Amino acid sequence: MTTSAISLAQAIAARTTTAAAATDAALSAITERDGELHAFLHVDADAARQAASAIDARIAAGETVGPLAGVPVAIKDNLVMTGVPTTCGSKILEGWRPPYTATVVERLIDAGAIPIGKTNLDEFAMGSSTENSAYGPSRNPIDPTKVPGGSSGGSAVAVAAGYVPVSLGSDTGGSIRQPAAFCGLIGYKPTYGHISRYGLVAFSSSLDQVGPFTTTVADSALVSEIIGGHDHRDSTSIDAPAPSLLEACGRGVAGLRVGLCSDLLDGADAVIVDRVRAAAAALEAAGATIVDLAIPELRLGLSAYYLLAPAEASSNLARYDGVRFGLREERDDVAAMNVATRTAGFGPEVKRRIMLGTYALSAGYYDAYYGQAQKTRRLITNALDAAYQGVDLLLGATTPTTAFGFGDKVADPLSMYLSDLFTIPSNLAGHPAMSVPFGTDSAGLPIGVQLLAPGRRDDLLFAAGAVLESEVSA
Amino acid sequence: MTNPNPLTEADVIKVASLARLELRPDEVATFTEQLGSVLGHAQDIAALNLEGLSPMAHPFDLENVLREDVVTPSLDRDAVLAAAPDAAEHRFRVGRILGEAP
Repeated sequence: MTTSAISLAQAIAARTTTAAAATDAALSAITERDGELHAFLHVDADAARQAASAIDARIAAGETVGPLAGVPVAIKDNLVMTGVPTTCGSKILEGWRPPYTATVVERLIDAGAIPIGKTNLDEFAMGSSTENSAYGPSRNPIDPTKVPGGSSGGSAVAVAAGYVPVSLGSDTGGSIRQPAAFCGLIGYKPTYGHISRYGLVAFSSSLDQVGPFTTTVADSALVSEIIGGHDHRDSTSIDAPAPSLLEACGRGVAGLRVGLCSDLLDGADAVIVDRVRAAAAALEAAGATIVDLAIPELRLGLSAYYLLAPAEASSNLARYDGVRFGLREERDDVAAMNVATRTAGFGPEVKRRIMLGTYALSAGYYDAYYGQAQKTRRLITNALDAAYQGVDLLLGATTPTTAFGFGDKVADPLSMYLSDLFTIPSNLAGHPAMSVPFGTDSAGLPIGVQLLAPGRRDDLLFAAGAVLESEVSA
Repeated sequence: MTNPNPLTEADVIKVASLARLELRPDEVATFTEQLGSVLGHAQDIAALNLEGLSPMAHPFDLENVLREDVVTPSLDRDAVLAAAPDAAEHRFRVGRILGEAP
């Protein structure tokens, strides 16, 4: 059982343990088990030990330290840190050492956290299992024959295996919530614009958000408050105060109306449906009113997402041309070098999405595909807004199934995409959502239930998430 | 999927070239089938009547975000160039762009 980040930071501040001991424990757990699980693409043990010693020295000198002082953290390898290799799980960035640091990483470090290393992901965050990583997949610590989910699979494994209490991921269509569900963790995707994207390597800029994996709802609140808030370096960052998430964790759900949404449930395995209904009952017992409702428009999200995200990706990934960073395959002229570099550097899923996006944006197909997907995005957002006229929150499944086996969905990309069915709507609307572990299937694999809230009401997720958490641990 | 594939192999070859990718013949066949299946799924929205809905490009209405017009530090030039495959004279260096002079 992992100690929470909050308890660990308190113990370090109270000098009942040290940052050095916490860091050594994380590093030795990684040495012991990560050969098998492969959460990390890069571990920076020396830098971590040095940062930990510096924190211990400051505490010994009586200095005030941050709320995460001495807590080891893991960072998804699409978030940059100056001088630390960042690959995005792609051969095209192998060996690249970025010259700058992501705002979220900077804020974690300012709060005293100790970055241990960079975690595995599906190449450029495109995938739901980590099987699209150019460096091989990660394994689910609960059952290593199963995938950990993706794309932020390595970050989920780093917490679920007990290496670190906190990791950062990114969520474009479910890439935090789905691996959190598969690995039994709290996974939170904030309101779009709540957490800075500066230093997050772009996949689909209008959908991407950074968020944490944790073992407790309160840890998720603390970390999100630390990394969240306005950042002038991200022009889509919201410049307005956000409700306190930590305060919301103790608020309860009395008086809240929760919509149990059939379109976030139908098609899920029966055991998952049962657990979502049990979560509804737990919220009702805590004073919420449960309202059964349907939002059939949500079903259209998958098609809209798999046109919009590839379209944005095809544009964002045009920068990998062998000129400014990463791989270059030398040829006689620049155009041939561009083609050779991209052909050698990108894996099959990234090529699929670039081509899909290029096609959806091309003359003659733009209106039928990209334009229609943008209107569908509006349709879904309007439908969610209408639903929130009657309820405060929505409740459903995070995923249609529990963790699947390696190779199960690789040959048929559409079947892989279908595992994002329930998580996509929140990204399209820019709304916040959270996966909370709520029991297991008969094989002991974790089940996540998903809470959804309207934009900028992230606090409601933490109020309800904390109630579900207390029900599970009771 | 009962829909006929909306995509031909010629479409895939053209799209790959627009995206600056080169495909082997076996890849052309595989991608034609896989991309066709995703586009086939998308027929559910292609067929919708969405008249009157404005296209949504972003979660909220964006306005230009401007800062004061003053000089502020930016990335260090040498550090940026150090990450490039090739650099010379404070610039990114690439091979020939135009053909040989006549």
